[in-house]
Amino acid sequence: MRIAPIRHLLLALLCALTLTGCGGRETRVEDGDREQVLHWGNGTEPQELDPHIVTGIPEHHIIIALMEGLVLKDPATLEPIPGVAERWEISADGLVYTFHLRANARWSNGDPVTAQDFSWSWWRALQPSLGNLYAYMYFPIKNAEAYATGKLKDFAQVGIQVLGERALRVTLANPTPYFLQLLDHYSMFPVHRPTLEKYGDPTQRGSDWTRAGNFVGNGPFVLKQWELNKIVVVEKSPTYWDAANVKLNAINYYPVENVSTEERMFRAGQLHITGSVPPDKIAVYRKDAPQFLRVEPYLGNYFYRFNTQLPQLADPRVRRALAMSIDRQQIVDHVTKGGQLPAYAFTPPDTLGYTAPPGFAYDPEGARALLAAAGFPDGAGFPPTELLYNTSESHRKLAVAIQQMWKRELNIEITLNNQDWKVYLDSVANGNYQIARGGWIGDYVDPNSFLDMWVTDGGNNRTGWSDPRYDELVMRLAPAAPSREQRYAWFREAETRLMEAMPVLPVFYSSRNYLVQPSLRGLPPNLLGYPLFKQIHLEAAH
Amino acid sequence: MLRFILYRLLQAIPVLLVVVTATFFLVRLAPGGPFSAEKAVPPEVLRALEARYHLDQPMSAQYLGYLRDLLHGDFGPSFRYPGRSVDEMIFSGLPTTAELGLYALLIALVLGTTAGVIAALRPNTTQDYLPMSAAMVGVCLPSFLLGPLLLLVFGVWLEWVPVSGWGNVPGDKILPALTLASGYTAYVARLSRGGMLEVMSQDYIRTARAKGLPEWVVVVKHGLRGGLIPVVAFAGPAFAGLLSGSFVVETIFQIPGLGRFYVQAAFNRDYTMIMGTTVFFAVLIVAFNLLADIAAVWLNPRLRHQYRKPAA
Repeated sequence: MRIAPIRHLLLALLCALTLTGCGGRETRVEDGDREQVLHWGNGTEPQELDPHIVTGIPEHHIIIALMEGLVLKDPATLEPIPGVAERWEISADGLVYTFHLRANARWSNGDPVTAQDFSWSWWRALQPSLGNLYAYMYFPIKNAEAYATGKLKDFAQVGIQVLGERALRVTLANPTPYFLQLLDHYSMFPVHRPTLEKYGDPTQRGSDWTRAGNFVGNGPFVLKQWELNKIVVVEKSPTYWDAANVKLNAINYYPVENVSTEERMFRAGQLHITGSVPPDKIAVYRKDAPQFLRVEPYLGNYFYRFNTQLPQLADPRVRRALAMSIDRQQIVDHVTKGGQLPAYAFTPPDTLGYTAPPGFAYDPEGARALLAAAGFPDGAGFPPTELLYNTSESHRKLAVAIQQMWKRELNIEITLNNQDWKVYLDSVANGNYQIARGGWIGDYVDPNSFLDMWVTDGGNNRTGWSDPRYDELVMRLAPAAPSREQRYAWFREAETRLMEAMPVLPVFYSSRNYLVQPSLRGLPPNLLGYPLFKQIHLEAAH
Repeated sequence: MLRFILYRLLQAIPVLLVVVTATFFLVRLAPGGPFSAEKAVPPEVLRALEARYHLDQPMSAQYLGYLRDLLHGDFGPSFRYPGRSVDEMIFSGLPTTAELGLYALLIALVLGTTAGVIAALRPNTTQDYLPMSAAMVGVCLPSFLLGPLLLLVFGVWLEWVPVSGWGNVPGDKILPALTLASGYTAYVARLSRGGMLEVMSQDYIRTARAKGLPEWVVVVKHGLRGGLIPVVAFAGPAFAGLLSGSFVVETIFQIPGLGRFYVQAAFNRDYTMIMGTTVFFAVLIVAFNLLADIAAVWLNPRLRHQYRKPAA
């Protein structure tokens, strides 16, 4: 009497197992190739889809499909190309930019995209109540910083001027050669005022305007579906000005946090592209399936900060000795193993044509001599020092390797300490560390994105290091340089000084490792990992 | 019985209050704030964010405000996901998690009790050792190993089932349910074996056998009822645990359930989310313990008697 239902259940389970045997069924990728539906492994669940609130890369991948700024970037060269603005003029002194908006730029509800839309959106992005961590992207604009920090109350004095329905004038505080680059950052995208006002106070967080069904954007795609922790679906927008050239019909973004899960999904034909590859799988793919693997340089680096206020780390000779005694080639070949490049300067090579001169070399002999000159011959008397990193297996492996190199070459004892991410962030921000791991990804492709963080009291400096000449080079001379050559020359001098003082020890330049199905076309490699979705299409293998 | 339920419900109030209070202050005392970020956070932005989430108020005012909102069923906005409320996030993940949990519980109860009963019928023979060894392996095998292993064999090699997702294609619910169930199944098997061993040596079983009843009637009709009491007591809290979701299983199989919120909220210092998930879990534990107790009273006449005439 009671056994019967149990039998039924077991039987049902067995049937389910056999019936769902589905070898040979069309995979999601094959279906997508046919229907032009891109299946994109997108890392984490997007925090939000409001371009003036979010800060992450998964959000970036969705927002650039839904919205568009004044300019776009050519994915092959990363140079600016027309977006909502069909053309622009820059004054001879590099201070005034006049943008001419295209007549057929439309919001997804059919409204025209106007200069007022930009002016209002930028006003909104600068409201502190929004908690926009990217407000500093606006700071090259005249008075934008004063307005954002509350020193200036009148927005009319900010260098943003509407000249007409389709003309916008932007006046900068200083010449900013990378200003056009910033306009393609989502923090400078326009938002649709009537929609935002419909769903609450546009200057407050927590509005429903970004939900599917409510969202109005001006990009090549429109938001169709957003299921928490499951999927975000965008479909081709009929109102987009360049809709004729958009080849994809839809993009499905999957928030797959676990890299092994993501790799399995790729292998089973559920994803066209992943965000990364499990590090231990890179060698396997290289050997067995290189057609899927992409290893590309990335606009980021990995470094250790020194707390220069500490007595044992106050002497630049000690910091340089620590830098010179690390065999970076060994590290990238045997520890990180993901196509990273050894770093002998701070800015990644070929950042929009800029490559810094090597600031030092791997030279254990020279390192020992420097350490001895600083008063620690053969490491004698060097106080116990701690290396801090946020809890993660990859950071630990690297720290252990470097700890051993320092022991072997300099005979000094460095202890390792790991902290939970948020605790680590607080420790570094408050200078509560001795040596701490760090990483940086450029916000835009320009050496300035890497060099302005080390100016005196810069919010991301956190080493206590300060050099007036460095500040002058980065803050005053480089922005006012008459040519790109001269500007890069100032940056090279600054970076040389940075490496001589060594408040920060570069370890490697980052790489991006990910998997791509051969059917995915129109995604040229670039330093930012930036996809221009309207150029991407899918071509099934025949 | 009603008296018993009322008594237990009243007991729940101080329990929940302690949970809320302890969690509220502990998360705020933990180092690292919700708005710490890799990029420097400008002071005016930090001030605005703290004001938005009332973190600029004294701790006592925050606490009282939270209690007030909680009484209205409002867990507040998530710090990490500014466009979402904690209520929304919990209830968006709950149906999926509940469904997965229910399957896992069913599998665990059916397979577990079957194995346990079979083992108990002939203790210390192969019929006992075999299922119990399997159960031991089930207890020891962590889901982060079992899940990928099952996926590799049935998903990647045999291509019988999809390697991720939930409810997209038929069959994608099988492996997650089996993975989640494995540990519970093993536990249920051991519990039911123990329970059955004890019951089957009772006098009333001997009486039943003496009456000439077939063995399966003795086992199913007379044995199971008493033998499964430990399983029932376990099933309540176990289901509450299942309803809070499994971080590991949900991550491996890419399932949009609750489990991931628990872990991520703590890492993100998403205060309201930590509070919301903790309070929610506490309520579940209390509720399912109560249900398990009610079921136990119903199954066990001695307990029923006890609550009809409360002890002085």
